Amino acid sequence: MKENGKVTNIFLSGVGGQGTILASNILGEVFLKAGYDVKKSEVHGMAQRGGDVTTHFRFGEKVYSPLIKYGDVDFLISFELLEAARYINWVKPEGKIIINRQEILPPAVSLGQMAYPKDIEKTFKKYFKNSVWVVNGQEIARKLGNIQAANVVLVGAFSNFFPEFKEEQWTDAIKEVLAAKLHELNITAFHEGRKALEG
Amino acid sequence: MKKIMQGNEAIARGAWEAGVTVGCAYPGTPSSEIMAELSKYKEIYTEWSPNEKVAVEVAHGASLAGGRAIACMKHVGLNVAADPLMTIAYTGVKGGSVIVVADDPGQHSSQNEQDSRHWTRFGKVPMLEPADSEECKDFTKIAFDIGERFDTPVLLRSETRVSHCDSLVELGERKESMIQKGLDQKETPKYVMVPMYSRVRRVAVEERIIKLAAYADAEFPYNSMEINDPSIGFISSGVSYLYTREVFPRYSFLKLGMVWPLPRNTIAEFFKKVKKVIVVEELDPFFETEIKAMGYKVWHGKDLIPAIGELSPSIVEQSLRKAVEGKHYKAPKIRIKPEDLPRRPPNLCAGCSHRPLFYALKKLGLYVFGDIGCYALAVAPPLSAMHASTCMAACVGGAYGAGKVLGKDGLGKICAVLGDSTFLHGGIGPLMDAVYNKGYSTTLILDNGITAMTGQQEHPGTGYTIQNEPASMIDYEQLARAVGVKHVKKVDPYQVEETMEVIREEVNRDDASVIITENSPCILLRRAKPLEKFKNPFYVVDTDKCRGCKVCLEINCPAISWQEGAGQTKDGHKRKGTGFINKDQCVGCEVCAQICKFEAMIPGIK
Repeated sequence: MKENGKVTNIFLSGVGGQGTILASNILGEVFLKAGYDVKKSEVHGMAQRGGDVTTHFRFGEKVYSPLIKYGDVDFLISFELLEAARYINWVKPEGKIIINRQEILPPAVSLGQMAYPKDIEKTFKKYFKNSVWVVNGQEIARKLGNIQAANVVLVGAFSNFFPEFKEEQWTDAIKEVLAAKLHELNITAFHEGRKALEG
Repeated sequence: MKKIMQGNEAIARGAWEAGVTVGCAYPGTPSSEIMAELSKYKEIYTEWSPNEKVAVEVAHGASLAGGRAIACMKHVGLNVAADPLMTIAYTGVKGGSVIVVADDPGQHSSQNEQDSRHWTRFGKVPMLEPADSEECKDFTKIAFDIGERFDTPVLLRSETRVSHCDSLVELGERKESMIQKGLDQKETPKYVMVPMYSRVRRVAVEERIIKLAAYADAEFPYNSMEINDPSIGFISSGVSYLYTREVFPRYSFLKLGMVWPLPRNTIAEFFKKVKKVIVVEELDPFFETEIKAMGYKVWHGKDLIPAIGELSPSIVEQSLRKAVEGKHYKAPKIRIKPEDLPRRPPNLCAGCSHRPLFYALKKLGLYVFGDIGCYALAVAPPLSAMHASTCMAACVGGAYGAGKVLGKDGLGKICAVLGDSTFLHGGIGPLMDAVYNKGYSTTLILDNGITAMTGQQEHPGTGYTIQNEPASMIDYEQLARAVGVKHVKKVDPYQVEETMEVIREEVNRDDASVIITENSPCILLRRAKPLEKFKNPFYVVDTDKCRGCKVCLEINCPAISWQEGAGQTKDGHKRKGTGFINKDQCVGCEVCAQICKFEAMIPGIK
């Protein structure tokens, strides 16, 4: 078995209930079917209930650790701005960042004790220049009639980084992971997300 | 066929392929999905047991009848199940019997961080430790074979980063066990552990562990050695091995699939093949201590690697880079200091019935003996309404015990609060104690109709089995009365004033009492239609009336936030800001409207 093949590290972050895990399940199907070894790790239980949620997703010829090394992230996919900022130090200097432009207030901000951090997008652009893509996932999903689909909008945006994969590989994975009644909405969300990154 | 599976799903798959007939568990993160997954296989009887001790006892009975059985729990669950485990270790098994224990290094979702590997040496039973989902499946299968061959229960140790990690698994077919089903009265000396028989079994236990050690060396297929650069050799197991293999791929490795007994000859061989040995293990120096006791020199171990918290590839690298490669670990660039960002701790859901209940307790100024469940979130400010919490159902005895010290001075000041599932897990015994020994504690049972924290599992009070079949249902009032509690009240926690009134009366009573919440299903429990009882779909803040007093913020509702901005009410009261309700999150529970003194929370219109 070849073991010096590159492993790609994708870090997904968001707030409990945003569908981080579902998004990572779609990635899992895509890269499994493409013949890669895949490992992903997430924390359940007390860590949910509106708390921050992260998933480490890794694929390559052979993957050992389920966790990504700090500072080794190739792709940061964040479903919320503050949860993107929280993991900015994890990204490699040449890493790529896809962020959903949405703010969900944490308790300290709700209670008026702290301000929601400003300029998160600017900070990302300062360090990562043209490798930052901000998507209005929630707005796109709202127009489609279900804000819950914002996660799949971001998956659509992310899919642009793998031109070697056909569109069906992604939509088949969505069908595999989601119940039939949700296919149409989420496949549309995927296409909208895929378009959102162009230009 | 290869499939992506979560570690827990793969353990269930392994049990199914091994021909398991009975599975029992009490849910607990990170173990809960094992039984939930196993319940999907039609060939297997599965159950949510009231607690882990019962789960192990049911599995043992199944084993004596010749069935392969599995019991699953989180690390602290094995403390509860330790009583049967330590003696089943003597009786041995008939059908293979596997106990899965899932540790939680880093305490993602647990009250402590105990290292379950100590049970294997303590209990004199073998323990296997998988690293990924494929091993979860394979190790579960072989655990049943080991158990039947050596007449022993087998521990399978998982942990958060194994149970909740997904990786590829090669699926196999189910193979039924060859063990004859049936009970045999002639086997009494083996299964009745009275001293005259258990002294005999005591000897068998020691003989067994010697045979198992020989097996670990000569036959067990998952202790594996990989000799690359021999200047340094790592001894490790489970996910710690994966981290180390990732960070230092060019060196040599001994990966232990069996935690206990250790393969002494294999370890000796490894020490011959490599120059220096580093032991990498999470939590306690279990291998390190044992290997040092064998007389070997361990170059590095817990002198460099933290014993507290979970490991990660980053921590392994930070701890060992200098020792292994002579150069210091270089930390990545800090772009934003994480400590400058607002934290995002978990919170009770919008509309949760625990929120008004704990608000009431806070207003009453009670010392709250709390417990394990979602409601432990009430400890966080601004609710700050929990003052002690230890382990499952400990609050009942705790509140009662405190009253024995404080006497009359404690009246009106103490209560015990726990959920329905937690109460059934271990609360009945201490409630009997409080009544029998004349305590005055008040026990509040927060009945939300499900085991909520771990993700909606049934229990004997929900009316459904794990297969979603209708079942008998505990009547908490009848139960409390049956153990002798004379004062049993019911409250609707969404009626804050009335609830406070009942609690005030009961905590001041010089006799044991029980208060049960009703009309309070978990907001995520769809079958109970929890939202239907709310009159309005959501509330909004009437800025004509809001004086910016911030009372609504005290309940820590995720839908309510503070909006800065000087202004005044319609009748001229100056204010610095107002409350604000996010209507996407509000479910209309009305609690904020009840506590607002200025009637500023008004129904919203869709």
